[in-house]
Amino acid sequence: MSLLEIKNLHAQVEEQEILKGVDLAVNQGEIHAIMGPNGSGKSTLAQVLAGKEEYEVTEGEILYKGQDLLEMAPEERAREGIFMAFQYPVEIPGVSNVYFLKAALNAIRTHRGLEEMDAMDFLVYVREKMKVVKMDEALLNRPVNEGFSGGEKKRNEIFHMSVLDPVLAVLDETDSGLDIDALKIVADGVNSLRSEERAFLVITHYQRLLNYIVPDVVHVLIDGRIVRTGGKDLALELEDKGYAWLEEPLGAAETVST
Amino acid sequence: MAPSDTELLEQHVDQKYEAGFITDVEAETFAPGLDEDVVRRISTLKGEPGWMLEWRLKAFRHWQTLEEPTWANIKYEPVDYQAISYYSAPKSKKDGPKSLDEVDPEILRTYEKLGIPLQEQQILAGIAVDAVFDSVSVATTFRDKLAEAGVIFCPISEAIREHPELVKKYLGTVVPYSDNFFAALNSAVFSDGSFVYVPKGVRCPMELSTYFRINAQNTGQFERTLIIAEEGSYVSYLEGCTAPMRDENQLHAAVVELHADAEAQIKYSTVQNWYPGDPETGVGGIFNFVTKRGLAAGRRSKISWTQVETGSSITWKYPSCILKGDESVGEFYSVALSKGRQQADTGTKMIHVGKNTTSTIVSKGISAGHGQNTYRGAVKILSGAENARNFSQCDSMLIGDQCGAHTFPYIDVQSPSAQMEHEASTSKIGEDQVFYCNQRGIETEDAVSMIVNGFCKEVFNELPMEFAVEARKLLEISLEGSVG
Ligand SMILES: Nc1ncnc2c1ncn2[C@@H]1O[C@H](COP(=O)(O)OP(=O)(O)OP(=O)(O)O)[C@@H](O)[C@H]1O
Ligand SMILES: [Mg+2]
Repeated sequence: MSLLEIKNLHAQVEEQEILKGVDLAVNQGEIHAIMGPNGSGKSTLAQVLAGKEEYEVTEGEILYKGQDLLEMAPEERAREGIFMAFQYPVEIPGVSNVYFLKAALNAIRTHRGLEEMDAMDFLVYVREKMKVVKMDEALLNRPVNEGFSGGEKKRNEIFHMSVLDPVLAVLDETDSGLDIDALKIVADGVNSLRSEERAFLVITHYQRLLNYIVPDVVHVLIDGRIVRTGGKDLALELEDKGYAWLEEPLGAAETVST
Repeated sequence: MAPSDTELLEQHVDQKYEAGFITDVEAETFAPGLDEDVVRRISTLKGEPGWMLEWRLKAFRHWQTLEEPTWANIKYEPVDYQAISYYSAPKSKKDGPKSLDEVDPEILRTYEKLGIPLQEQQILAGIAVDAVFDSVSVATTFRDKLAEAGVIFCPISEAIREHPELVKKYLGTVVPYSDNFFAALNSAVFSDGSFVYVPKGVRCPMELSTYFRINAQNTGQFERTLIIAEEGSYVSYLEGCTAPMRDENQLHAAVVELHADAEAQIKYSTVQNWYPGDPETGVGGIFNFVTKRGLAAGRRSKISWTQVETGSSITWKYPSCILKGDESVGEFYSVALSKGRQQADTGTKMIHVGKNTTSTIVSKGISAGHGQNTYRGAVKILSGAENARNFSQCDSMLIGDQCGAHTFPYIDVQSPSAQMEHEASTSKIGEDQVFYCNQRGIETEDAVSMIVNGFCKEVFNELPMEFAVEARKLLEISLEGSVG
């Protein structure tokens, strides 16, 4: 059984259909990349997985660990191990990053039947994780994402991910807006978390990221459908040819969607 | 008019002698209605000297000429001032609940969440507590320590009898009885309140709190508080109880006067959670009409108001500062939450008189449910107030779409060298913020309370530590159920 199974997923926002039948299966230990032109529905897919309310699923199903994911509240999904790194991380003024993370981790730990971490243990734990993404300690005590630079926000998302120890991590364009060094750091962060138990869904526009995070599978999402699935070489091909060659023949879509 | 020293002395002596009246008073509640006779009876029951009665009567006669103000952005059924009882002695222990079993479980649940120890819960709920909690001795040790430092902290009725020279010198100097409708009413009929005197150069050795004063829960609806800080002294005063006392009384019209001499500092913090009324109908609840004012009289004196207001069905309250001394400083930090059918019209007034005076206003209004929250603030810079500076920041947060936030800043600058800075914002609690928290495993209710607490952080930072913790919890409890 796959960790995540998406079957014929249709989703709409404000009466407009965005996802038009997505099929996708992700196993534990795998990294899947999703590429596709602007507005094709990549973030929509991520938001549906995370449980954002305004994205309405009209058809199809999603199984996570064999359970009906769509029945679960967003926080339940998070506690069951789904993490999403936001394309646009949200600012929460007045709430320190470290306080926020402690609340999050303890909510998750409680759900998993573990004891809550006290402030001291948490600080030790969090400092360890900070090294992974080479985060500046100052960002720990600043309000969540407030006044963070674009790159700092993205790095903070990866930091959250490493603290919260997810089972399935969905990274929505975490590489956008990062300089080369930061890109490597983020990739190292992901690679260090790569394990037999964990799976990643990496949404990106740039083949470059996939040089650092080498995917097992690459999917191309166009107009709400996965039109092609291949190995890591598919990303190179896209870099070379763009998306146009995939958009035309409908037949291509049919061959992969079965 | 003013009684001579001998007269005062005689009254003082009489007073002591009359101390036995207290037992009689215990069961006494006046019939509804207000006339001169009621004022006289209150004064007599309190064993007050003649000058005090005279002052009350002047206030009462003035009050009769006044109309209740209607300019505030609040709506309520007119109060029938003749239908109210103006004196209710401390509830007799016989009438109160006999044990916690008789107390509304809702209230107990709140106490529990606030982490108030059981013994204190009993006191708050008005239960007769005997040997279990020796409140009398607690109060005594506490008073001894203060007396050592020369600080006077006692009920104002006691101060009128024991320290008439101080009361006479300062009472009504910051808030004259003629100040406004509610201040005049309070001056005529105030039943009790606190008196604090910190002598020159003394740093008050502890935070003073009405929480520690045993009779605090029964001081009635017309409290009068007077705090005097002499040159170079410092005092931090905490007011209010964080528990929802469901008082049957509807009207609460208090007056607080602060006086700070040169280099003196008074820090006044309030956490208010009176019964807000039925969330659906708005029935019941406290009408909270309060006049609070501080006079920064001396050079480099400082007055700072911090308030967290989550209760009352109607709040009409504008703690203000008169910055008379050169280089004096006024501060106002406020969190006001209106939910259910609550209406709050609150803010501050900063009046700059002296040179190089500075004032800071930070107001955070939160509206949820059908709550209506109005910030009304005035900054006045008189012509002599050279180089006066004011910074104002008024932020509103809306939770849901049936509530409202309103801001009325009044600015009157008569000095060309004044520097004014004003920032304002209104935001809806972001669904995106809540979702972000959800995605990290935090449930919606916790997320909202976290976001609101973050929003109020600058104000909470001004509260003494333990109070800040309580204020935060209180806000959490108050927000419960206001998010869909
Ligand atoms: N909340 C929303 N309200 C209205 N339209 C939306 C909303 N969210 C997404 N859409 C629309 O759905 C379509 C897909 O958006 P989505 O964000 O999923 O694209 P994407 O593939 O992530 O694009 P990008 O590469 O630019 O991030 C777009 O046309 C977008 O305008
Ligand atoms: Mg996107």
